[in-house]
Amino acid sequence: MDPYYKPEHLPHFGDIGQGAPDLGRKFFDYYGAVFAQGALSEREKALIALAVAHTVQCAYCIDAWSTGALEKGADLEQMTEAIHVATAIRGGASLVHGMQMLEHVKKLGM
Amino acid sequence: MDGLIGIDDPVDGIDLASPEAGPKRARSLHARHAALDAASAQLRLLDGLPLADGDFDATLERVGHVGGLRPAALEFFQINVGKLCNMTCRHCHVDAGPDRVVENMDRATVDACIAALDRTRAHTVDITGGAPELNPHFRHLVDACVARGKHVIDRCNLTVLLLPRFRDLPEWFAERGVEVVCSLPHYRQRNTDAQRGDGTYERSILALRRLNAVGYGRGDPTRVLTLMANPSGAFLAGDQSKLEAEWKHGLEREHGVTFDRLFCLNNMPIARFLEWLVETDNLQGYMERLTNAFNPGAVDGLMCRSTLSVSWDGRVFDCDFNQMLDLEAQPEGARSTIFDFDAEAFARRRIVTERHCFGCTAGAGSSCGGSTS
Repeated sequence: MDPYYKPEHLPHFGDIGQGAPDLGRKFFDYYGAVFAQGALSEREKALIALAVAHTVQCAYCIDAWSTGALEKGADLEQMTEAIHVATAIRGGASLVHGMQMLEHVKKLGM
Repeated sequence: MDGLIGIDDPVDGIDLASPEAGPKRARSLHARHAALDAASAQLRLLDGLPLADGDFDATLERVGHVGGLRPAALEFFQINVGKLCNMTCRHCHVDAGPDRVVENMDRATVDACIAALDRTRAHTVDITGGAPELNPHFRHLVDACVARGKHVIDRCNLTVLLLPRFRDLPEWFAERGVEVVCSLPHYRQRNTDAQRGDGTYERSILALRRLNAVGYGRGDPTRVLTLMANPSGAFLAGDQSKLEAEWKHGLEREHGVTFDRLFCLNNMPIARFLEWLVETDNLQGYMERLTNAFNPGAVDGLMCRSTLSVSWDGRVFDCDFNQMLDLEAQPEGARSTIFDFDAEAFARRRIVTERHCFGCTAGAGSSCGGSTS
């Protein structure tokens, strides 16, 4: 069976504009502007993108931003640290909700 | 050969092939008798890849360069004095190493280069290798070019400066205003050592400190320290000006090292980098990356248009990459060597191009002088 994820989708991402050209153009213009150097450097933005890619678990984004981060001058240590930031927030998000659990337990328990 | 420093003639008691003389990430294709040692095998491999837009000349035509790539005024006289090196980096397009004791320029060829230089208007002499400093005629060549008022570039692997015989070089360069262009793939350790061998980073920092100590890398136009970075893998070089700012910040913060400018260049699918691409199943993807990233704006600034490249045996090429692929320059009329060099015929040549040329037109463009767009 064909896999749902196909690596060749990525270089043809622009084709998504076929159904709604104006929206496609707006998205890609916006996307390009987001990753241009601003108050944050392109490398910093690439590391954020890489971390978020792992949070949303998007295989396309992980492919694109692994290359992107390397091309923007990041190295494996910086990229791994970025993923740990995503991991810490993800894990922390679960754990901090434990406060709600704690509250329920305290209310219900004796 | 005349006084060459090689495995049989150690530098001050240090065997160039030893790890003490320089990190070794690989062995040369030549030493391993690898099939890709032959330039023809490399060209055949590249030519056989299925690439949608893989015809370089046709790609040039599409952006208005009809009839092939033509030269601009000659500015850079590049001399590759040989393949001998104290290192054996994984990505070397020269396939240099300590075993390359034969392919090194002799004195007669060095002098022929100097005589030919006098027949051109090139303002810069770019000396490369291997580790060019290992050639016994290196200092003679530098002095002859400096005496002629030329700007001289030494393409330095940094670690060679730590060998006992060359410890005076930073000061020697400084006295002559030689620009030192050093290889350093990354301002952090991991990517540097992965490409150039364990210990390279540490030694490079030490060598950079020595250059800093004699005034290099501090904004003095007579003591220019340039770093040359190529990606440590199958991806494109980043934006030169943005990376330069990060590198300057990183090297100064972590090591107190300063430099003047950063050049970024793409890895060329030649020699040991080509072999690495094949072995890691990256070749097809990398060539697609290069052809997809073709940048018409990078064509005018291609270094082959303003460069002449001489090999250790005195043959003349459009660039150092063509040199490694044995693609000799094709001046109008007869081909010439540096011994009977005809500057006017050379100026009327059509530059020899093949698929590897996509390496120089990808992204921001790539050259021995950094990005070209």
